[in-house]
Amino acid sequence: MIRVLVPSGVLGLEFSKEALQRGLANNPDIIAIDGGSTDSGPYYLGTANSKYSRAVTSGEWKYLLAARETADIPLVIGSSGTCGTDQSVDWMVEITKNLLRTTKKDLRIGTIKSSLTRQQVVSALQTGRLKTLKHAPDISEEIINDCTGMVALMGVEQIQEALARNADIIIAGRATDTASIAALPLMSGIPPGIAWHGAKVSECGALCSTNPLSGCVQVDFHEDYFEIEPLDPMAQCTPHTVSAHMLYENSDPFILYEPGGYLDVKNTTYEAVSDRKVRVSGGKWIPFPQYSVKIEGVRIAGYQTTSLTMIRNAHYVRNIHTWVEKLKQFLENSLDEKFGVDADTCHLDFRIIGSEATLGSLEYRSSQPVEVGILSIITAETQELANEIAKHINPYLLHFPLSDKEELPTFSFPYSPAETERGPLYEFCLNHALELDDPLEIFKIEVFEANG
Amino acid sequence: MANLRDKVFKIRSKNAGPFTVTVDIFCRNQNSLKRILGLLDGDTLSHLYNVKKDSFEIFEIPDLNVIKISFPRTHIQGSRLDRDMHGAQFAELLNEMELPDNF
Repeated sequence: MIRVLVPSGVLGLEFSKEALQRGLANNPDIIAIDGGSTDSGPYYLGTANSKYSRAVTSGEWKYLLAARETADIPLVIGSSGTCGTDQSVDWMVEITKNLLRTTKKDLRIGTIKSSLTRQQVVSALQTGRLKTLKHAPDISEEIINDCTGMVALMGVEQIQEALARNADIIIAGRATDTASIAALPLMSGIPPGIAWHGAKVSECGALCSTNPLSGCVQVDFHEDYFEIEPLDPMAQCTPHTVSAHMLYENSDPFILYEPGGYLDVKNTTYEAVSDRKVRVSGGKWIPFPQYSVKIEGVRIAGYQTTSLTMIRNAHYVRNIHTWVEKLKQFLENSLDEKFGVDADTCHLDFRIIGSEATLGSLEYRSSQPVEVGILSIITAETQELANEIAKHINPYLLHFPLSDKEELPTFSFPYSPAETERGPLYEFCLNHALELDDPLEIFKIEVFEANG
Repeated sequence: MANLRDKVFKIRSKNAGPFTVTVDIFCRNQNSLKRILGLLDGDTLSHLYNVKKDSFEIFEIPDLNVIKISFPRTHIQGSRLDRDMHGAQFAELLNEMELPDNF
């Protein structure tokens, strides 16, 4: 039996320290946690930035390092620093080394880097090793060469290699959510259908229980089944909470694609072992003839400057759609004269907060709000131009009249300057799988002394 | 007139990667699930989400009384015209879907 302690769904989102201690008392074989996701958007991969603050990340990691020390077992983090680029791995290593400065012990840190170069991806495209996944955008060499960040999602083989090299702390780049949890059970001979299914169910920590905020869960991987229980005494795993997790952020509730194959959970059984522990069996693993890893990439699709205007005047609120339409037309017509550009390359988006800012053209309801906000988003080919256009439109957002017959109105801006520079607009542009002859082929694995 | 949210436990939506949105409808029982499934044809969903009707994948999960609907995003997550980074508000259109009088 292999026991995996999962402290939470992601490093940076809190977990119960008491629950973690309870987990340690049960003698787990490994602590595994995820560090990232694309769920907060393309910016993070575009810039190799972490979504969570350094202080919070370091604070939680300190607890996990101490827990590792107590139990003397490996600690693994996948998708370090949200996006899992090579820089994100370096960032996490630096945090780790800082925390370990006072440790006397010789600890071994393993890093697995998964950033891809443009050359690697272009060459894969040319040799037919890039396969299109569902709803993938069209790609070309030009698009790949435009990418500012590209990563491959590792599976278990790469983490197993670092474990085999006796790393105490494994800091992995981009990985599937499940890989860090499934690695040790698979290495120890647990059948893949059981290992991947248990990993999927526990990848968000206690989200598969009645108290998601408590974070910690424990998964016991056996030959024919796995058992999962939350480590917060007030939380419960029930057949319903556990099986419902297959739905989460997964487009197909029965199939989960991983490097090298897929998990099929159509014929699985969930039984309550107690009022808080569930036993699951029946997951099937179907290997692909060719090993492949999913890749992600983002490119810059322009530069943005935004502003927010608030309108409380009842006449203008009532006629807000007409006002925005007239304003947009007027300003778009001015772009050529003022800047020598047109509305095809410079985009002026005005989102009416209080009306359809959330759903856009899908919105079907309307009612009279007390006030509206106008979120202006300027997208241009350079930051300088986006800033210039935002400054140009500012007086009109302040004073544009509905008709020639009325006095100039004056609206409200909540801050000065009214414009906020947003920087580059990043866009996801890959949804592809990269075929590999060897799972370790493109991943850079190193194991070194923490204090070395 | 009743809305779909009045007849179910909950409806939620979320990204399933940057290119797909997935909606989960937690029905109250098997009978209700079947009746709701009958309402959710391609035309109805296409009208709600302005996505081609053959792009919707509809799954029935009888053990959970859940209907899952996955469809491609019209605007890729985080791209210029996207308005909902997490895809979480798409569920509201189904929550508010008006039900036939005799439902």
